[in-house]
Amino acid sequence: MIEVNRQGEVWFFAEQEDESLNEVSLELCSKARELADRLKVPMCAVLAGWNVRELSYRLIAHGADKVYYVHDTRLEDYRTLPYARTLVQLIHKHKPQVVLFGATAIGRDLAPRVASEMRCGLTADCTDLAIGDYTDPKSKQVHKDLLMQIRPAFGGNIIATIINYDRWPQMATVREGVMKMSTPDPKRSGQIIEEKVEFNDFDLSVKLIERHREARKVNLKGARIIVAGGGGVGSKENFGLIHDLAGVLGGAVGASRAAVDSGFIGKEHQIGQTGTTVRPALYIACGISGAVQHRAGMEESAKIIAINWDKDAPIFGVAHYGIVGDLNKVIPMMIKAIRERGADAIAPEMKPEGVTAPAIV
Amino acid sequence: MAYHCIVCVKQVPDTGNITGEAMKADGTVNRAALPAIFNPEDLHALEAALQIKDKFGGRVTAITMGPPGACEVLRECLYRGADRAVLVSDRRAAASDTLATSYILSQAIRKIGDFDLVFCGRQAIDGDTAQVGPQLAEKLMIPQITYFEQLVELSGNTIRIRRNTGNGWEILESRLPLLVTVIDTANEPRPPAARKVMKFKRARAQMELAGEIAREMPSASEDEKKSAVTNRIQELKSDGLLIDQWDLDYIAADLQWCGVSGSPTKVHRVQSIVLTKEGFTNIEPTEAGVRKMIHELIIDHTLG
Repeated sequence: MIEVNRQGEVWFFAEQEDESLNEVSLELCSKARELADRLKVPMCAVLAGWNVRELSYRLIAHGADKVYYVHDTRLEDYRTLPYARTLVQLIHKHKPQVVLFGATAIGRDLAPRVASEMRCGLTADCTDLAIGDYTDPKSKQVHKDLLMQIRPAFGGNIIATIINYDRWPQMATVREGVMKMSTPDPKRSGQIIEEKVEFNDFDLSVKLIERHREARKVNLKGARIIVAGGGGVGSKENFGLIHDLAGVLGGAVGASRAAVDSGFIGKEHQIGQTGTTVRPALYIACGISGAVQHRAGMEESAKIIAINWDKDAPIFGVAHYGIVGDLNKVIPMMIKAIRERGADAIAPEMKPEGVTAPAIV
Repeated sequence: MAYHCIVCVKQVPDTGNITGEAMKADGTVNRAALPAIFNPEDLHALEAALQIKDKFGGRVTAITMGPPGACEVLRECLYRGADRAVLVSDRRAAASDTLATSYILSQAIRKIGDFDLVFCGRQAIDGDTAQVGPQLAEKLMIPQITYFEQLVELSGNTIRIRRNTGNGWEILESRLPLLVTVIDTANEPRPPAARKVMKFKRARAQMELAGEIAREMPSASEDEKKSAVTNRIQELKSDGLLIDQWDLDYIAADLQWCGVSGSPTKVHRVQSIVLTKEGFTNIEPTEAGVRKMIHELIIDHTLG
C-alpha cells in the first residue's frame, strides 16, 4: 500500500488487445478526467504492450494529461503476472491516489492481483464513481475528498457506496458501458512517458500457447436501438416477433435472463447484471417484468418503452412509455406504425408545424 | 502422478431468488429470510478438482470460511467425493473484505500444506466480486488462471488449461502449484453419491455439536452437556467424521490482516434500489396509441 497522498494523480489502466483500445478504456478516460478535475490533479493512463505507442494519442484526445507507456515484447499479449508487475512497479514509483480498471475479463483478472500485492482496497464492478467526504462514525474523523465507489450488491438488490480512506491507492473496477464516453479533442496535448519494468522468472512463468478470438456476433453495446424480450414472450417461436420489431428499427435483439433460461434465445443476447450492460437511445422491453438484475443492465437507456400485460410489473417504474397489453397485438401495431411512418400516416392533428417525419435509419 | 487439489467453497444467501419477504421495511435485505446455498460456481470448482482426482489419482480437500452452519457446504463436498473438509471459523474474521478473506484462506491453505492446485469458483453470488481467487493466488505466491473452461493437459508438474477470455479462448501453460477459478460452463457438477451421503451425513465440526447436544438434552446440566460433546467428538473422530475446525490462532493468522482491521474497504452507505419515474406516459394498446408514441419518438429524434 501507499500512504494517503492528496497530490497523487488519478490513473486508469488503458486496456488494449491486438493494438486496439477496449471501449471501456475510453469510458474510464472521461470518468477519470472528471474525478481528476474535481481533485485538481493530473489524470494519467497506464498503457502497456508492444508497438502500441500510437494509442497514447487517442487517450490524450479523450482527456489524459499523461500516458505512462511501457513498451516491452513480453507485454504483447495480456498475461496476469507481467501486467501485475507493471502496475505494481508504476504505482510504487508514482503513488497515484486513484487507479481504475475496466470490469472486463482482463480487468477483473488483473486488478485483484495488483490490489493484493499492494495490500490496498479494491471495489469490483462499480457503476458510478464520485468524490466525497466521509466521517468515521466512531472517531468522528473527517476524511475529505475520497473516491466514492458505488456498486450494486447482493444480486443487484442494494446499492453500496464503498470507500477506502487509509490504505491507498483507492482502486476500483468499473462496469463496461455505464460511463459515458466523451467526445475526443484531437487538439489536446499531453505527455507520453516511457517506463521500463523489470520482470523476474516467476512473472514470466505462465506461457500463452494458443489464442482464439471469436468476433462478437451480437453487438448489444454498440446498438442505438435494442428490442428485448423476456419470459412473457412465451416461446422460442414467438420470439420471432422481437426479431421482427428489431428488424424494422435496425436495432439489436436483447433478452432477459428468464428468456435465456427458457431457451428462447442465446446467452450472448442477455442484458442485465449477469449479461451485458447497455445504454442505447431506445430500449423496448417486451414481456420483461423488470427484475432488479435486468434493470441494472438497461435503466440508463435514454428512452425506454415497456410492453407488459401486468400493470404492476416493475419495468414500468423505469419506463418512459408504458403499454399495458398483449405484446402479440402491440408489437404488430408498432411494426405497422413504423412502416407507415411517413407524414401521411400521421394523423393531421398530431402533425406539428413545419416538421416532416424523417426516415428511420 | 497423483495430485492434491484444494477447493475453496462458500455458503451464500440465495440472492437469485429474492422475494418480497426478503426485503425489510427499510428496503434493506433480510439475509436471515434467504435460504443458504452452495455458491453455484464453487460446485463447478469442486467438479473440476474431482475430475482430476478421478483421472490422475490423488485427493481433494474442501475448505470454507464462515459460521458453523457453513459446514453444510462442506458435507455437500464430502457427498460428492472430497476426502477431507476444513472449516475456518472465528468471530474475529467477521466483516473481512476480499483482501482479508484471501489472507485468512491463504494461511489456512498453508496449514493444509503440500498442494498442487487450488480451485475456486469464479465469483460468489452475494458479492459478485471475483476478487478472492486472484488475491488468494497472490497471497500464496503462485500463478493464477481465471475463467477455467477445460483441462487440456496435465503431466508431471506442468498443466495446460483452456480459459474463456470473454471474446474467445486461450490455452495457457503453467507450472504447479497453480490457482484456478472456474466458470459455470466448465463442467456439469455431479450429484451427491448415495453411499457417501449415508456415510457423511453425520460428519460434524466441533462448533456444530454444542448446539446439537443442547437441543438433544435440554434438561441436562452444563457439565453433562460438556461431557456429551467430548464423547461425541471422540466418536466422530474414530469414525473419521469430524470436520476439521480451525480458528485464526491455529492457522497463525496475523490479526492485523483479518476482519475489520485487515479490510481496507469500508461500506459507507447502503441504499435499496429506488425506481425513478420521470416523464412517464401511459400508452393505450391501440393502433392510435402506438402511432402517437412512434410519432413522438420520431419528433424527438430517438428514431431517425
